[in-house]
Amino acid sequence: MSVTPHRWVSILLVAIVLIGSPHALAVQPDEILPDPALETRARTLSRELRCMVCQNQSIDDSDAPLARDLRLLVRERLKAGDSDSQVLDFLTVRYGQFVLLRPRFGWDTALLWLAPAGVLLIGMGSLVVLLRRRRRTPDSAEPEPSGLTAAESGRLAELLGKGGRPAGKTSPRTTR
Amino acid sequence: MIAEIGHYALVLALGLALIQSVVPMVGARLRDDTLMGVGGPTALAQFAFVAVSFTALTACYVGSDFSVTNVFENSHSAMPLVYKFTSVWGNHEGSMLLWVLILALFGALVAAFGTNLPATLKANVLAVQSWIAAAFYFFILMTSNPFLRQAQTPFEGRDLNPILQDLGLAIHPPLLYLGYVGFSISFSFAIAALVEGRIDAAWARWVRPWTLMAWMCLTVGIAMGSYWAYYELGWGGFWFWDPVENASLMPWLAGTALLHSAVVMEKRNALKVWTILLAILTFSLSLIGTFLVRSGVLTSVHTFASDPTRGVFILMILVLFIGGALALYAWRAPVLKQGGLFAPISREGALVFNNLFLTAACATVFVGTLYPLALEALTGEKISVGAPFFNLTFGPLFVPLLLVVPLGPLMPWKRGDLLGVAQRLIGAAAFALVVIAVTFAATSGGPVLAPFGIGLAAFVMAGAVTDFIERTGLLRVPFATALTRARGLPRSAFGTMLAHSGLGISALGIVCASTWGVEQIVSLKPNAAVSLRSYDLTFDGMVTRQGPNYSETIAKFTVRQGGAVIGIMEPAKRTFPARQSSTTEAALLTRGASQLYLSLGDPADDGSVAVRLYHKPLVLLIWLGAVVMFLGGGLSLSDRRLRIGAPKPAAKPAMQPAE
Repeated sequence: MSVTPHRWVSILLVAIVLIGSPHALAVQPDEILPDPALETRARTLSRELRCMVCQNQSIDDSDAPLARDLRLLVRERLKAGDSDSQVLDFLTVRYGQFVLLRPRFGWDTALLWLAPAGVLLIGMGSLVVLLRRRRRTPDSAEPEPSGLTAAESGRLAELLGKGGRPAGKTSPRTTR
Repeated sequence: MIAEIGHYALVLALGLALIQSVVPMVGARLRDDTLMGVGGPTALAQFAFVAVSFTALTACYVGSDFSVTNVFENSHSAMPLVYKFTSVWGNHEGSMLLWVLILALFGALVAAFGTNLPATLKANVLAVQSWIAAAFYFFILMTSNPFLRQAQTPFEGRDLNPILQDLGLAIHPPLLYLGYVGFSISFSFAIAALVEGRIDAAWARWVRPWTLMAWMCLTVGIAMGSYWAYYELGWGGFWFWDPVENASLMPWLAGTALLHSAVVMEKRNALKVWTILLAILTFSLSLIGTFLVRSGVLTSVHTFASDPTRGVFILMILVLFIGGALALYAWRAPVLKQGGLFAPISREGALVFNNLFLTAACATVFVGTLYPLALEALTGEKISVGAPFFNLTFGPLFVPLLLVVPLGPLMPWKRGDLLGVAQRLIGAAAFALVVIAVTFAATSGGPVLAPFGIGLAAFVMAGAVTDFIERTGLLRVPFATALTRARGLPRSAFGTMLAHSGLGISALGIVCASTWGVEQIVSLKPNAAVSLRSYDLTFDGMVTRQGPNYSETIAKFTVRQGGAVIGIMEPAKRTFPARQSSTTEAALLTRGASQLYLSLGDPADDGSVAVRLYHKPLVLLIWLGAVVMFLGGGLSLSDRRLRIGAPKPAAKPAMQPAE
């Protein structure tokens, strides 16, 4: 079978899957390979591959007919002696990048892959810059623990006084 | 008639919202007490009218009034009563009504309990809150009206989507929405502070309880959704990195960061500008979360186009609020006075570290979720970003975070001493190392990283215990003194310990269930047996049963351990004739915190049936941890200092009666 990546075809497929499929199991007993080592590899690979007619499901999770076809295909390739990356290559050539749940690093996905480290580095960088700049300006030394206006201090004292202590004795503690 | 009352009440709520979004703010500008005073009563009245509207829709559902299109499409007269209630929010229109109900509720709560707020701040907060509400009322009334009637009344409804007919999912959306919408208060406070151009430690003290409440609800809401997916979707996973899940995780991450930065702001008057930004971002992510999920943009770009009015409206609201808030922030934030200084090694430093990694984790989820959309829109290229990507990028960001969790609470404010803190954590670290060694020994030849994960979880939990020991002086001072000190500790301190240990508990569950879970996929004929770990299951046969609005086929299994019967498991397949669809009902057998999970496939012609059997060790800890976090938050919330915004008077703790 071949799925054209054409948009309408995929919409149609989604519709068919959503309307037509009764819930069943993903991996069926008859798919399982007799060789446990190969089967483990097949399962691991299955988790990396997208069921293209489903909403964000791997072929390992999906009960759609297409997912089953792909699972069988993966096992066929493994039986034929393909390495894991050969299987992934084979499927990518056939179905495009869309089939990979972990996109490969490239120009188009560089931003995606670098975002976590990038955000972290930018955050750290701006912290360092901020700390240095703040240290150089002497006027920001140690401000009041809370820059309260007179009215607010009064209100605070009143609130503290509610707790049962004589108002005169309260200290405007805001930090513990 | 009832539907029309509901519709009309919603229109009135919109009218009130419009008044409330302008008048108090003008009053705050002019320092006019009368105008500012308008905010409170309108907020209460607004809530009353939305409540009437919501009750009306509920009445339509309970009475199975199929002349209302929304009820016809999502209900069935034979459905159990409880699901008639829950189907009110089991669809787009109704869930939006629930959204505004909670929004109005929070507005009313601020109006009712915000008596200690400065008048201008309160007026501005209520006005901003009402901007959001007004936008939503418009959205509902113009594009998603749940009260529309149809000309001909059908005899029977189309039933609620069967997978939503479940108690877990009944409570999940309200909790999630309490979380999402709760963050609107932090947002309104942030905008009000920017409008006033003034912010101080007291601001953080007012915002924290609301943020904490929202965070608690979001935490259990997410956990509930995860548990539901675990048992209802039938393939035994607890987190799929689905865009819908990510949408709820992002506000949680940002909200957790907000909770921690607000502590720094309250205690040390620092990180003010950053806290404001976090408050804006957290609610923005909640908005994105609600709407992108609701509009279906995330799952498929095409759904978006199928209803252009809704999509465009959604986009407008997002642009208006997020763009507007960020523009206001860029304009006004420089006006705000910068806060206090602190050394990098200090409690503040640890909390900044927390914020840095939580923000990075949140950004990772954000980019990963939206990148495929953006790439397709820009280049037409389709890629997928799924669980393998997130596991690879999100995990490494959370490890350092968990490592620092025990350090933070032990670190003193302003200037800390890493060596001293490390010394105090020696016990916890030693415990973690022992746990790692034992796990390695017990699972020799198994995964290499997992024992370290267990050790990390143990370290986080032991860290919480260390915090308690350090604060009470337990083991160093006489027991009675320690007990007295423990009584004197503020409840929020216990809240922190509980919430942090909850994090460790969840981490332990996640590592165990995902590393040492085993499964067995077999085809069984009646009276055949299957074994997994120490459990033996016998397939006794199939039974059919009739439910209120479905029929089900049940497979009966007897579970034995060491020859003794320990339980019966009955996985089932339910068929709902009204929708011509079916669901699988997994059977769960709980042993301690571990579970046996049995899910049913299609029966074959020869009488055999395919089953998937899992053993998930300690899987319940994942959600139990979330509950513990919730309890920690609740304990913190019950602290007097948070409730009324004033510290507990320093009465002699020794003389306090036990609570």
